[in-house]
Amino acid sequence: MSAPSSGGASRDGYGAALLDIADDPRVVVLEADLGKSTKSCLFRAEYPERTVSLGIAEQNMMLVAAGLASCGKVPFASTFAIFSERAFEQVRNGIARPGLVVHVCGSHGGIHTGTDGSSAQSIEDLALYRTVPGMTVMHPCDDISARHLTTELLNHDRPSYTRTARNKTLRMYDENSVKDLTIGKGSVLRQGSDVAIIAIGVMVHKAMQAADELASQGIEATVVDMHTLKPLDTDLLDKLATECSGIVTVEDHSVIAGLGSAVAEYLSQTNPTPIKMLGVKDRFGESGGSEELLELVGLTKEAIVESASSFV
Amino acid sequence: MTAEGQSTEELKERAKRCRRSIVQMVHKAGAGHPGGSLSAIDLLVGLYSTQMNVDPSNPTSSERDRFIMSKGHASPGVYAILHEMGFLSQSDLDGFRTLGSVCQGHVDMKWTDGVDFSAGSLGMGLSFGLGCAIAAKLDGLNYQSWVMIGDGETQEGQIWEALMSASYHGLDNLHVIVDRNRIQNDDFVEVQMEIGDIASKIESFGWSVKEIDGHDMEHIVEALDWSVNTAGPTAIVAHTVKGKGVSFMEDNPSFHGKAPNDEELALALEELT
Repeated sequence: MSAPSSGGASRDGYGAALLDIADDPRVVVLEADLGKSTKSCLFRAEYPERTVSLGIAEQNMMLVAAGLASCGKVPFASTFAIFSERAFEQVRNGIARPGLVVHVCGSHGGIHTGTDGSSAQSIEDLALYRTVPGMTVMHPCDDISARHLTTELLNHDRPSYTRTARNKTLRMYDENSVKDLTIGKGSVLRQGSDVAIIAIGVMVHKAMQAADELASQGIEATVVDMHTLKPLDTDLLDKLATECSGIVTVEDHSVIAGLGSAVAEYLSQTNPTPIKMLGVKDRFGESGGSEELLELVGLTKEAIVESASSFV
Repeated sequence: MTAEGQSTEELKERAKRCRRSIVQMVHKAGAGHPGGSLSAIDLLVGLYSTQMNVDPSNPTSSERDRFIMSKGHASPGVYAILHEMGFLSQSDLDGFRTLGSVCQGHVDMKWTDGVDFSAGSLGMGLSFGLGCAIAAKLDGLNYQSWVMIGDGETQEGQIWEALMSASYHGLDNLHVIVDRNRIQNDDFVEVQMEIGDIASKIESFGWSVKEIDGHDMEHIVEALDWSVNTAGPTAIVAHTVKGKGVSFMEDNPSFHGKAPNDEELALALEELT
């Protein structure tokens, strides 16, 4: 699949999706003073009566969403990924434990967030929500897939957390190819039988660039956009483990308990496979440009190529 | 007489039956929270007997009134009144805190018909009630959302986030009852973290507030009626006695979360005849 030339930020896809599903009167949008950033402001402008402003109060927002869900609404609550963590226990105890279908969106996830610095760069959100029983966890790679997957949440029967990114990345989908995306099913963007690169979020386009480089060296890589971290597509993992000599995981997230860990947790028990995990290595970020920061923590095309090459 | 035709005396008798259930449940389980259940039970009896539009044969009706017990450790009190209302059987109560029981240690909407909220972590219920109240407005339904919080619970910051947003959203269908029993887990509230004039503080957040004796059934019934007939979100600060009705539990911090032994149970039941 060739990448469309222009880029898009996944948070824009979230905002567009809220408008796509607005005709359903069950949809209610909750904000904690970051609607302009998470892009729920688009819904607020059109449907102020179904937008609930809570001010800078994430804990309250999560339980208000739970109350709304208990009364038949489908709440979409967003804030920065990092500030959703402040209300983690509210999500755990107030939303997920009773199985209330609330959809939480954390924007500005990852070190890719950039110049705001380490306080805004959530690198542990996916790990946190992945541990909560019954929660769906997603991190789409571009605006088009974020829009599609958020729209799919309308009739999803579990609470969810979706991380979106602040900054634009190259688009991996167009309006036709995105229709094949399903929550819980990894998306194979490129087929190759030597190695598999499983990436999530803003690292997916880098995985594709790495695969091009590997091809020029005679190494054929499968590239997976693992947009849904939970439930993990274990059928696909089994297939990759059988077909490829090794797996590289790539995430703009701590290597502790994120995508790489999830893949290893599964395959170590079923189909032990050599895995190299690329992610943020137990450190905080700092201010800087997105690309500078990814380079600082070793999340580069070159690093993916090097890891993948080691399996061949 | 209440809307259901029950006299104040009948409500007092109902509260006494509930008190007996509470101490029996906690004794049988060997664990639980008798103190905060006994302080709250007159309020719960008044609320369910005179206000709550609920039906055990249709526990999830979208038009039912909601009751959110935010201080979820007072579960024996909730189970006792739900038993009176026909939601729970005696054998349900007997299973309190045992594996697979519908009567979980802390009230849980996932397990128990008639329970509208999964509690256990303090500070969250008022926000949940806010969500229920907003949903009622969006759907044009007239149900009321009642939330009970503890006085120690107001030490949680989320309570104040919720208080601030309820008046901002103009929710006249949201009502809070503060069980001001002056004792929390470790000790008296004033020792752990003084909360001061809680009624004035809530009022300053834009609420209509009434203070009552939380064991005077006539005042309870009047105050509940005042709540639903007053503009804006309303709060009743009910001054109560922790462990009310059992002499050795009254005002005794050690019975916040401790079960009576066999002798203590016998003594308690003797006092509650």
